[in-house]
Amino acid sequence: MLEIDDILETIGMIDNQHLDIRTVTMGISLLDCVSDDIGRLRDAVYDKIVKKAGALVDTCEEISRRYGIPIINKRVSVTPISVIARSFSPEQTAQLASVLDRAASECGVNFIGGYGALVHKGMTAGDRALIESIPEALSETSRVCSSVNVATTKAGINLDAVAQMGEIIKKTAYLTREQGSVGCAKLVVFANVPEDNPFMAGAFHGVGEGDCAINVGVSGPGVVSHALKSAPEANITEVADIIKRTAFKITRMGQLVATEASKRLGVPFGIVDLSLAPTPARGDSVAHILEEMGLERCGTHGTTACLALLNDAVKKGGAMASSHVGGLSGAFIPVSEDAGMIDAARRGTLVLDKLEAMTAVCSVGLDMIAVPGDTSASTISAIIADEISIGVINNKTTAVRLIPAYGKNVGDEVSFGGLLGRAPVMPVHAESAEKFISRGGRIPAPQNALRN
Amino acid sequence: MKIVITVAGKDRIGIVADIAAVCKQLGVNIVDITQKVFDDMFTMVMLTKTTSDSVPFDEIVSKLEACGEKAGLKIHIMHEDIFNSMHRI
Repeated sequence: MLEIDDILETIGMIDNQHLDIRTVTMGISLLDCVSDDIGRLRDAVYDKIVKKAGALVDTCEEISRRYGIPIINKRVSVTPISVIARSFSPEQTAQLASVLDRAASECGVNFIGGYGALVHKGMTAGDRALIESIPEALSETSRVCSSVNVATTKAGINLDAVAQMGEIIKKTAYLTREQGSVGCAKLVVFANVPEDNPFMAGAFHGVGEGDCAINVGVSGPGVVSHALKSAPEANITEVADIIKRTAFKITRMGQLVATEASKRLGVPFGIVDLSLAPTPARGDSVAHILEEMGLERCGTHGTTACLALLNDAVKKGGAMASSHVGGLSGAFIPVSEDAGMIDAARRGTLVLDKLEAMTAVCSVGLDMIAVPGDTSASTISAIIADEISIGVINNKTTAVRLIPAYGKNVGDEVSFGGLLGRAPVMPVHAESAEKFISRGGRIPAPQNALRN
Repeated sequence: MKIVITVAGKDRIGIVADIAAVCKQLGVNIVDITQKVFDDMFTMVMLTKTTSDSVPFDEIVSKLEACGEKAGLKIHIMHEDIFNSMHRI
């Protein structure tokens, strides 16, 4: 029999603590669309996406009504486009971005991910064409998201690709300068990228996946924060237990929605991504959880330790609640999308170097960080190289989503609106790393024994 | 299908009767009711079950929400499974 307290707790989480399903993402393989004729490829890609995902939005809305849970985003991820477009020019490849945009619009999804390439060891002509086309593709579409994997623990770091991505990010910032360089908010550079991540902008449908899958990302920083508020005197072991219990409940909700969506759409269930994903709304912040643990402000000494505990407890609680866990699973720290991070960055407590340390113990990486518009491409590449190294050495996913906001300087802010939030422009080191980046080549894969 | 209906709002005469009347009209059977009044704040949790006479789920939701809106009550209508999955291992 249901307990009244449990019922009221669930309703309180949804009504007052921003509990929701952040995204139901349908992964679609485009491998069967391959053609050496760009026209045929365009038609096949469009038809397949619309056929598979045509009912996604309506189905999610029905599930949302049935269970009384908000499902904020419905999205589609596809096979990395460079894998299916191997022999076209950058201009021809960019046509596929327009096709993705049109298909996403037809399906009613707000983002489609997969305009990307996997170049951790080297680049084919198709990869090169796709990467060159990214700035135009992101500036001429509104729903397309792009990601490029430049390193893995097994392959090492492709420094040529890292160098090129610095240039690509700068160009994307310039081409979308009228909208606060928002194109860069839809472009992620990865190490050890997961193939089943439902969260944008880094979602794509890996080549090891089946034809189609439903992946679900949950949310819930507000719920964790609220649970900790109710136990102000708890010791740190009890804090970890509270987070585990809360993460379990949040993830069970994600599992329920994923199973139901998979059944109704006739598409296999892929994974639940356990991530705590903040939004700019007050009361939905990962930084505030860390502050609830006892930090005066996020970014001060102790932040990395609190985040490490949070990230680990979320995984422990969530892993038991779902039959398949995957994606990025952990705590996200996107600066512009988290009210507490925005405050801490504005006050100068949270700086780029501290964020880099934090990413060693949590999910993803340097995420949604605005830097001065005149930051050089080589400095952006060096920031990428640092962050990617953390992922490669520690056998984890890391990523960089930097916005060199065109025409903006430290002290300015750039607003993207909606879930993307607003970002205070953060300072970067002035000293150059150009010589290092211009060396090119590959940083060898790390030794995985002798772990110190 | 079991549906949990929760109702919250300022206490007055006839809240239970109003909701029960709508349930009857929708062909929804009331299985269990728990209610409390704190000061003059009324809260009620109702476990109900659809029957062969029930109208479709979406209509149940919209009619009950409309009833709540008219009466100044906050009403949630949710499938039982959400609570089972979150609070039972």
